[in-house]
Amino acid sequence: MEDALSALDTTATHTPTASVVIRPTSGPVPPRLDELWSFRELFAILVWRDIKVRYAQTKLGFAWMLFQPLALLLVYTFAFSHLARVTIPGIPYPVFALSGLTLWIFVSRATLTGSESLVMNIAVVTKTPAPRILIPLAANVSVLVDYFVSFVLFVIIAALYGFYPTWEIVFTLPLLLATFALTTGLTLFLAATNVRYRDVGQALPFLVTLWFFLSPIAYQLQTPGHSWQTIVQAANPLVGLLLAFRWALLGTPAPHGMLVAALLVTTVVFAFGVVRFAHAERTLADDA
Amino acid sequence: MPEPVVISATDLGKCYRIWTHSRPTTIKDRVEHLFMRGRGGGERPTREEIWALRGITFEVRRGEVLGVIGPNGAGKSTLLSILARITEPTTGEARIDGRVSSLLEVGTGFHPELSGRDNVFLNGAILGMSRREVNEKYDEIVDFSGVGDFMEMPIKRFSSGMYVRLAFAVAAHLDPEVLLLDEVLAVGDSAFQQKCLRRIDELTQSGRTVLFVSHTPASVAQLCSRVIVVNEGRIVFDGDVEDGLTVYLGSPQLDGGASALEQESQIREGTGEIRVAEVRIQGADGPRVVPDKPVTLEVDLVAKGGASARDLVVKLGIWNVASNQPVTLSTEYAPPEPAPDFGLAAKSTLVCEVDELPLRPARYVVSVSVERHGTVLDFCRHQTELTIHPADFYGTGVIPRDTHASPVLVRQRWHVVDDAFSAQTSAADVRLGAG
Repeated sequence: MEDALSALDTTATHTPTASVVIRPTSGPVPPRLDELWSFRELFAILVWRDIKVRYAQTKLGFAWMLFQPLALLLVYTFAFSHLARVTIPGIPYPVFALSGLTLWIFVSRATLTGSESLVMNIAVVTKTPAPRILIPLAANVSVLVDYFVSFVLFVIIAALYGFYPTWEIVFTLPLLLATFALTTGLTLFLAATNVRYRDVGQALPFLVTLWFFLSPIAYQLQTPGHSWQTIVQAANPLVGLLLAFRWALLGTPAPHGMLVAALLVTTVVFAFGVVRFAHAERTLADDA
Repeated sequence: MPEPVVISATDLGKCYRIWTHSRPTTIKDRVEHLFMRGRGGGERPTREEIWALRGITFEVRRGEVLGVIGPNGAGKSTLLSILARITEPTTGEARIDGRVSSLLEVGTGFHPELSGRDNVFLNGAILGMSRREVNEKYDEIVDFSGVGDFMEMPIKRFSSGMYVRLAFAVAAHLDPEVLLLDEVLAVGDSAFQQKCLRRIDELTQSGRTVLFVSHTPASVAQLCSRVIVVNEGRIVFDGDVEDGLTVYLGSPQLDGGASALEQESQIREGTGEIRVAEVRIQGADGPRVVPDKPVTLEVDLVAKGGASARDLVVKLGIWNVASNQPVTLSTEYAPPEPAPDFGLAAKSTLVCEVDELPLRPARYVVSVSVERHGTVLDFCRHQTELTIHPADFYGTGVIPRDTHASPVLVRQRWHVVDDAFSAQTSAADVRLGAG
């Protein structure tokens, strides 16, 4: 019996799938999709861990996912609607703000946690051969949960103000996908850079705050703006995505040109992030 | 038919570019570096190539347990990282056939906020186990760890011992064909360590191939069937374990040329109130020690200010390469005459005389400890080395060598007392098949 087993073993070790060849590579290493697929369980467990750990040792636990957008909503409503007297024609301010915050909560969290993810999981990088790209990807995916909670919250609050979803709400899904591609591309680049230059982790909170004020989340764009303003807005993919998101949820005017610009920039950012990461992945363990 | 080759490395090399001034790890450094280069002044950091590994070529056959041993900084860990596909080689190629698990650390990915149970699944996944596999082995893992009552508790509340036990328990249930193992054995109490060693033994019994990186000769001797010695990035020895360990213990270190032994003798435990400065071993006619002649062991003790010699227990242990201690010498067994007596910052020498050290001719390591009422004042596992040379111990011309069947030599007399024989032969000595 033992012999039969070991004979099986021997043949098993000679199947080409079970053998690994290690040699120097050069240039960016494209992600091996079949290899990533074989790590899907690890990926799922990393996502689950990221979600679970975020609310570990909190009394309210997952209720924080509801609490945080609500608290932000209250602060922005007070600051922008009452202090700065921002008014949005035809839309109650809380509904307007929450529609933007729903997307922004995802973008800001995904950017921050995604960029820190490799540094936070440095042992996985330096001690295991698991594909490193799983780590920032899992961080981005784990934040989707917060998005869906905020989204449901938005639907409820909008309904309370008498805004009911129309069929265009289905467009929020492809828009979310584009936003996900944007944060993924961004965080693949930032996470890999952060391993070598920890400045990224220091600077990012400020940059994210700046991004918030540069994007029409709590306020509305002046139309028509100056031409240089239009260029800045077109370069910020969040502008087009937010405008399209509001169109899908609240029926505001559709941002044709801005959305095209946003999708273009998103594609470039995503491709850049994937290529940069593929380039950096080979030396991540050495840089750590 | 020889077993198939499962790991083969050809001319593996790894080159690190080191910033000789200081590596820019922040963007500011980087910018300053560029700036200074532009001006051509200041302390310019320059990149220097350092080869952590060079020309590494070896093969491992199925079922072998290959020990990789070498001083700190020799390149052992780099080699392991390359084979584990954590870092890329700069030159060469390696090929591994079969399912590989690499264990460079126990508990990788363990999260303090998660429960023991959650961490088992997390760590299992990181080590490459499927969820189903962990599910099936969960009870075994918990049993092995011995922390079953605490599995629902966040592991930040675990003691470090519990943490390590749980971490190793997960690792111990990996089921690879090829296991790449870093020195993760030195965990837990000694009973748990033995449990871990047994587990690794089980793996190798069932035909798994293991590559084990270590700088502890004892664990290599216990586990490995072959050893390669790495020094300054190159393989300096490949072959038999005992010879390899001999090469390792005598090889100079990267930093300052002290041998591995000299470095080991710097590793001391205890309060330091009294230190053993040196242990000298003399045979009957000079430095050569043979099993059948008297041996003198001199222990130089140095007392820190105020230390007294009262109630001191000094022990010498003689260890073989398999990490057994066939001989213990202690002042408890034969109190010294006169009792040692030194006061302030004094140096004193204790002399131990033994009639013979009837041990298998080989190299031994001598440990020394100084205790008082159970408190360790000084302990060194690797104080010095002792070589016992072959001699005609039995007086029959059959000279026991390092291949002697047992670790100790025992003086013996054989007689024939069976009636049928006693008529013809009288108490004939029977020669032993020794050596």
